[in-house]
Amino acid sequence: MTPGWFDEDAGPVVRPYAMTRGRTRASGEERLDLIALVTALIGGAEELPADVALPGGQGLAPEHAEILYRCRRASESVAELATGLDLPVGVVRVLISDLLETGLVRISRPIPAAQLPDENILREVIDGLRAL
Amino acid sequence: MVSGPSDIAPAVADPLALKILVAGGFGVGKTTLVGAVSEIRSLQTEERLTEAGRPVDDTSGVAAKRTTTVAMDFGRITISDALVLYLFGTPGQERFWFLWDELAQGAIGAVVLADTRRLADSFAAIDFFESRGLPFAVGVNCFDGATRYPPDAVRAALDLDPDIPVVLCDARVRESAREALVAVVEHALRRSAEARTAVT
Ligand SMILES: Nc1nc2c(ncn2[C@@H]2O[C@H](COP(=O)(O)OP(=O)(O)O)[C@@H](O)[C@H]2O)c(=O)[nH]1
Ligand SMILES: [Mg+2]
Repeated sequence: MTPGWFDEDAGPVVRPYAMTRGRTRASGEERLDLIALVTALIGGAEELPADVALPGGQGLAPEHAEILYRCRRASESVAELATGLDLPVGVVRVLISDLLETGLVRISRPIPAAQLPDENILREVIDGLRAL
Repeated sequence: MVSGPSDIAPAVADPLALKILVAGGFGVGKTTLVGAVSEIRSLQTEERLTEAGRPVDDTSGVAAKRTTTVAMDFGRITISDALVLYLFGTPGQERFWFLWDELAQGAIGAVVLADTRRLADSFAAIDFFESRGLPFAVGVNCFDGATRYPPDAVRAALDLDPDIPVVLCDARVRESAREALVAVVEHALRRSAEARTAVT
């Protein structure tokens, strides 16, 4: 166990802020879309390389490791990661941007908002829904 | 470290991620509908609000910030290896519109659920999608004991454009919930085809 200065009893507000060291915004310019897909660049490895450090020099928090673990075989959306870790989206965005800066994840962004999905894709969605 | 084949990231392209929103007043069946067609989870968003309920940019003092957590329904439907559809159901009140603005970006469209006993609860969501030009369909959720109205009566009461689909549904039933989603995507498809023929 990490001898952290917070514990579960500190509640869901203190903990996330401790985890992101008080940052409420990701350092990147634009905010990550809820359905942007995150893929870990650690292959299928169960263990993280021991010497990984964040841009500020700190090691990874357990939550960073959990994100990597969850999206190491197949991508997961920002929203899925937030529900999976049971953390607010804002906190998860900060954690993901840490990992992005460290080169540990890759992000695949959704279709730009101004661009409608292709009609063939919409037909595929309709067929897919009907097959549910 | 020697890398075995299992250490190599799969060379599969990422799937395309799409989303549909599920809107409507409190108790209208949003959570039920998302749960009927997908594994449902609750998504916590954390927003800084002013008293007026609008997000603000960084202010100097911590005391000036108020953080509110808003929960929304969230579901995932895997259409194929290449296509994933996400559903977001959020509270319909106008004070949550800052959330809707982000969600509506890039969405295929929305299902607005309506309860005939309190149609007015759907006005805000309908206004929102009309003003943003996002395709939407109205799902009339048929609650037990509520009078059944034909879709055209609901359309007239909601003052909807003639091309907006109105479907009767039971959000608890998978097939019925699914048809409400299909109605939105079909509507988006028609819109897209019309826009294309209008240009050429
Ligand atoms: N009879 C009937 N009850 C429904 C239907 N959809 C939802 N309900 C019930 O209405 C209540 C509120 O639904 P809920 O999904 O929580 O509404 P939300 O506030 O929009 O998320 C629940 O008890 C549901 O079981 C429906 O189509 N028919
Ligand atoms: Mg609900």
